[in-house]
Amino acid sequence: MDQVSVFIQQHIELIYVVILSVFLGIEVISRVPSVLHTPLMSGANAIHGVVIIGAIIVMGKAESGNYLALILGFLAVILGTINVVGGFVVTDRMLEMFKNKKDKK
Amino acid sequence: MSSILSVIYLIGSVTFILGLKMLSKPDTARKGNLVAASGMTLAILGTIFLYKPEGQPLHNYGWIFAGLLIGTVIGVMAAKKVKMTAMPEMVSMFNGMGGACAALISIVEFNHLQGSNTSAMAVAMQHVQRAGQMIEQLGTGDGQYIQQRDLLQALFHVDLRGTLLIILLGLIIGSVSFAGSVIAWGKLNGKVKDFSFSGQHIVNLVVLGLIVILAAILLIDVNNTLPLWAHDKTSAPGFNLVFYGLLLLSLVYGVMFVLPIGGADMPVVISLLNSFTGVAAACGGFLYDNPVMLTGGILVGSAGTILTILMCKAMNRSLKNVLIGSFGGSKAGPVGAKDQGQYKEISLADAAVVLAYAHKVMIVPGYGLAVAQAQHVCHELEKLLEDKGVDVKYAIHPVAGRMPGHMNVLLAEADVPYEKLLEMEEANAELPTTDAVLVLGANDVVNPAAKNDATSPIYGMPILEVENAKVVIVNKRSMKPGYAGIENDLFFQPKTSMLFGDAKQVLQQLVAEIKQV
Repeated sequence: MDQVSVFIQQHIELIYVVILSVFLGIEVISRVPSVLHTPLMSGANAIHGVVIIGAIIVMGKAESGNYLALILGFLAVILGTINVVGGFVVTDRMLEMFKNKKDKK
Repeated sequence: MSSILSVIYLIGSVTFILGLKMLSKPDTARKGNLVAASGMTLAILGTIFLYKPEGQPLHNYGWIFAGLLIGTVIGVMAAKKVKMTAMPEMVSMFNGMGGACAALISIVEFNHLQGSNTSAMAVAMQHVQRAGQMIEQLGTGDGQYIQQRDLLQALFHVDLRGTLLIILLGLIIGSVSFAGSVIAWGKLNGKVKDFSFSGQHIVNLVVLGLIVILAAILLIDVNNTLPLWAHDKTSAPGFNLVFYGLLLLSLVYGVMFVLPIGGADMPVVISLLNSFTGVAAACGGFLYDNPVMLTGGILVGSAGTILTILMCKAMNRSLKNVLIGSFGGSKAGPVGAKDQGQYKEISLADAAVVLAYAHKVMIVPGYGLAVAQAQHVCHELEKLLEDKGVDVKYAIHPVAGRMPGHMNVLLAEADVPYEKLLEMEEANAELPTTDAVLVLGANDVVNPAAKNDATSPIYGMPILEVENAKVVIVNKRSMKPGYAGIENDLFFQPKTSMLFGDAKQVLQQLVAEIKQV
């Protein structure tokens, strides 16, 4: 038990962030018209592409002789970027359509 | 972490929250997406140029920029070229990429965890020498033995379990999300068929159980195998083997998890996998003490879970039901066998007359319209009828199409005005005063069995009550039951007429006929 509480204490700030973010996520989404479910899912999909930052760190820390880290890190950067860029572009394309007729109105 | 980078990460986190908030309102949605995207760009650039682990700037810039460039080109091309009807599988694919990214990070960090041993060995040796000196000074009395032991433990006890736990979580969740998303993608574009065998749930549980056991073995073993002072390095290969076994099992589980779930439930699954990837990304945040990864990941994790539950609610099914029960299937036999009587067909010319002389027409678009890509010609029909003085509205069931809101996106693509799209409650209020309903490739969402027949598998699902209108014209390709695998009483009611054919062709012909009326 000791070790668990030590672990929690060491990461207390992060744990606070986690708990508050959980409630925030629930709060932000709870009242969404079903019209927006698909774009919202797609937008959220792009946001979790933030994992790309981890990939950049992996890549940037890899020693030049460590081919495993270099290759996997490189792959991770590509995949993460596709997630981020593709996600935001596709969401924008979806929402663009809603926007257009609003302007015409 | 430099102070500027801290501020950048703070801004990044705030843009994610704001972006998500704005995305949930129609007026601000597009701006919200851009806000989140700019925050992301800032966070990525900040990480590249300002992140300095242990005081060292990042290197391998060539690789990083090459990766970013390749990813951007592929991402933009895929997102720009995809057809609006294929949107759900695209989202699923992007989600899988994120999951794979998280899993790859975990693999590298796992190797890092082991690799760092050798370099830290020298430091460890110094510790040993110092400890030896201190123990000598303490002497060897009975009471002092305890003190010595505590001292040794305090000196050498580096607890790796916390770090390993996070690495394993990232690996497992990321791989499940990746494999599951690929299967979901395949299912939505018809490349992967539904597949289930008896006892599949038990097999899935066994696989899941194995994953937990292997992870537990690694966690229990880590401090004995990997600590700096371990002499016995022979157990390390086994340790690696268990880790890669875990990776393999997670991929298998992802496949098995999605495989038996029907195509129409894929949106729920994608949304769920989306929140999985969010959690996997948050694991990275823990690993690198990176607040923006943590907030972004957890936010998507919790918002995605809520979105999943909202979608299930719209279909009046519990999440458990979606994941475990393969809808319809076995129940289809007895229900389908019931004598339904006769249905009647209507000719195109008659249908054209009915629609052209109605005061109020309600169009109920469904999956069939999306598959046939008939949204543009549908809008043409609507304009034509409006010109003839007919009041035309669309009734959108929350789960019409392939994803909640998918139908709205499709019709918006065809320039159908926003205010013409009625949500289910509004539509149901207007249906009793509607002269003609045109059902385009929808089935289960207009099945009265959901209201009347307690034995029906879809009983309790909210539906569009089209039978309250004066006349119902149903366009379908055949009399085959819809996804739920059950017959639809609506088709056999006296006020209903069937208009068979592909939605796009039928609508084109209908437009031509109405022009002549």
